[in-house]
Amino acid sequence: MLITNIEVIPGRKIVKHLGLVQGSTVRAKHVGKDILAGLKNIVGGELKSYTELLNESREQAVERMVKQAEAIGANAILNVRFSTSSITQGAAELFAYGTAVVLE
Amino acid sequence: MDILHWVAKYPDFFLFLALIVVGYAAGRVAEARHYRSIRRREKQLSSVMVFSNRFPPEPGARHTAALVSGSAVISQDYFKFAVAGLQTLFGGRLRSYEALLDRARREAVLRMKQDARNKAGNMIINVKFETYSIPGRQLGAVEILAYGTALIPLYASGGQG
Repeated sequence: MLITNIEVIPGRKIVKHLGLVQGSTVRAKHVGKDILAGLKNIVGGELKSYTELLNESREQAVERMVKQAEAIGANAILNVRFSTSSITQGAAELFAYGTAVVLE
Repeated sequence: MDILHWVAKYPDFFLFLALIVVGYAAGRVAEARHYRSIRRREKQLSSVMVFSNRFPPEPGARHTAALVSGSAVISQDYFKFAVAGLQTLFGGRLRSYEALLDRARREAVLRMKQDARNKAGNMIINVKFETYSIPGRQLGAVEILAYGTALIPLYASGGQG
């Protein structure tokens, strides 16, 4: 599965467009880790537990998108975009979407 | 003796003062160290070129492509948070937040470049940025995501496609 955020892969032809595929996940923070991040927040700097959480969630969103693309017989996803939105305090939705295609 | 009396009388004020002092000292050191690390890694990764163009600069070259991304969550220290709070009364430029976003964005780009280098890419095109302010962190923490398409020369990837 080839995943990119450009519309055409140089030198490869799109045989078939299969439409939009998407994947999303909603994640919340562990309370203990959240308190630690709150303490870290006083001195500033990177909140590593948050970076990890968001990265893991984003990977999962991509994974779900890939599964959907595989199910409809695509071998590549082009023009992939990410979007993040906060649902309530401490929970975020990570969303990935793109166009499933068949490359020759 | 006197100071203890005042601390006991106004604990909230002294807690605030202590947080400001700790935030200022620790935040300054951490920021300076982070900037040193950013500059060092920017030099190391300067061979990976980054473009926001949708198409590769040399259309004739043979590449394969891969999605690469990098992100960082950076938070504001207590001192800068308090200063920015005062500054918002008057409006205008909030330099402390500019530094926060600058650090987060440069860090995200560096991680994206490292991702591209790990995948043997030599340039990244169509770079997009996404900014997300973490809810529930009242002091201000922001996530910057940078993503794009790494172009991997075909001789480096074994020549499939």
